[in-house]
Amino acid sequence: MSKPIPQRGSNVSLPRRAWAIRRHALRMGEVQGQGYIGQALGVADVLAVACFHATHYRPEDPGWEGRDRFYLSIGHYAIALYAAMIEAGILPEDEIETYGMDDSRMPMSGMASYTPGMEITGGSLGQGLGIAVGAAMGLKRKGNPAFVYNLMSDGELGEGSTWEAAMSAAQHKLNNLICLVDFNNQQADGPSRAALATTPEAPKWQAFGWHAQEVDGNDLPALVRAFDNARNHPGDAPRVIICNTQMCKGVPFLEARDKTHFIRVDADEWAKALAHLDSVIPA
Amino acid sequence: MTDIPFGAHSRRKSKYAARSVPGEKLATSAMIASLDAEGRATIAAPFGQALCELAATRDDIVGLSADLSKYTDMHVFAERYPDRFYQMGMAEQLLFSAAAGLAREGFTPFATTYAVFASRRAYDFICMAIAEENLPVKIACALPGLTTGYGPSHQATEDLAIFRGMPNLTIVDPCDAVETMQATHALAATPGPTYMRLLRGNVPDVLGEYGYQFELGRAKTLRDGNDVLFISSGFMTMRTLDAAKALEADGVDCAVLHVPTIKPLDEATIRLEAAKTGRLIVTAENHSIIGGLGEAVGASLMRAGVQARFRQIALPDEFLDAGALPTLHDQYGLSVPRITTRVKEWLDE
Repeated sequence: MSKPIPQRGSNVSLPRRAWAIRRHALRMGEVQGQGYIGQALGVADVLAVACFHATHYRPEDPGWEGRDRFYLSIGHYAIALYAAMIEAGILPEDEIETYGMDDSRMPMSGMASYTPGMEITGGSLGQGLGIAVGAAMGLKRKGNPAFVYNLMSDGELGEGSTWEAAMSAAQHKLNNLICLVDFNNQQADGPSRAALATTPEAPKWQAFGWHAQEVDGNDLPALVRAFDNARNHPGDAPRVIICNTQMCKGVPFLEARDKTHFIRVDADEWAKALAHLDSVIPA
Repeated sequence: MTDIPFGAHSRRKSKYAARSVPGEKLATSAMIASLDAEGRATIAAPFGQALCELAATRDDIVGLSADLSKYTDMHVFAERYPDRFYQMGMAEQLLFSAAAGLAREGFTPFATTYAVFASRRAYDFICMAIAEENLPVKIACALPGLTTGYGPSHQATEDLAIFRGMPNLTIVDPCDAVETMQATHALAATPGPTYMRLLRGNVPDVLGEYGYQFELGRAKTLRDGNDVLFISSGFMTMRTLDAAKALEADGVDCAVLHVPTIKPLDEATIRLEAAKTGRLIVTAENHSIIGGLGEAVGASLMRAGVQARFRQIALPDEFLDAGALPTLHDQYGLSVPRITTRVKEWLDE
């Protein structure tokens, strides 16, 4: 199933892509004055590797049949995926100002019917992996070698439907399915592990028949290796990458906050956050 | 909220209490109860047969089950097309999510389970993964309403009330084997998600003698009459046709309007028939009196300003007893003798 790493006619570095995703997301957050900024900053490195190293797609044709499917199970992370899609050229940058506004193509929760490149309507948590199972079965039926990626959160490990889907993926030998778990240990009421303990995470997936990797989700070289391993691993097992991420990564004064599931940022703090990013532009 | 007298929420009566119709105690027929098979021709596994016919001409048809293929007639398809059948295990949320994923990749999945598990357990998955995206997932569910004596865990007495509120979802409640086969073809041919209440096993052939042809979204007059207008769906049309014959012997002239499509409802035909003056209108359905065909018809007539005497035959707003199906149909008013008795009482009011 191995494929060459796509060259997109660009020599922009992955750190620069991740930086740009964070910047686009912050600008969208500023439009609303609040939002799921902590998740967007935290998962930016994962999305940089997914969108600019691992997945095949055509920015000008988001519905291209040969594309790898990228499912956003966590609809509230839409701000992060919009940022990545703007960086990828699927969405125009000047639509940032419409984020979450009336008549926007970028609603606060990701929905397939609104946004080019948004594959599913996430948001009701615990559904993405099950839909990905069906899509992976469908791709195999068609003899289509594309992968299905499903980006979910650690909180979704609490949903029983996640484990129904996990068992089924192994049962049906879906080696074209790659699940990404953004493990930031933060959900609406506080730390995920305090809400419904899911430890140990990787052994659970392995026990369910998956090829599991655990990685620092803010370490770009480690992520590249993990994505490569997931795509190239031989055998029938579906693959999961547990990405341990830091909420608000890249903006220190936000990283220092206790509760970061849904952030309200004072008007002057947006400029402060953007100024910080602009002081550390990667090569 | 009005005052509710203390004790008004009474418990269901003891299963040892006297039945309304005394007599022989029948064995609970569990999951494989038959409907009026005695003396009527039946067709085996009409849904499974129709699905195989469809699959013979359409490569996009695939089948899914959550460990109930033998009890939803999906086994007929699974045996004929094993490589197009997906066993999803006892996992209904996954069943419908995976069906959504297959539909996304261009297939037309038929997903089957019991009506209770689709409506009560997997509602959010059907709603968000399938209906919100208007995907062509075809849901066919056995044991709708009171079609098993197994008890409330398997009696989907409120499935229509639950699903009628779901946008985009087409809902069909066929009467018999003939209509089940016709509807399976019609639903496969329509875009978007659909829910069909499934009569499985040996299913009576009722509509054959009426030269009936199912049309999605259309109500059909099967019989005309001047005194009573039955408006019925599902197997209750079988019962209203029989009740009409029984009442004819007593000089009561009954019409039967069959409404197999619950949503979208054929309001034009219903209003036209209901507006003919002088007839008692009686809706009859295999569903709770709350939120099913009867309330849909009643609201439609009110909106249109149609004035008529209106009564409902439906299951009570209760968790039903376990028991033998014929006993329960009699107890809860769905049997032909109970229908005829009540109609005569209403006419005498």
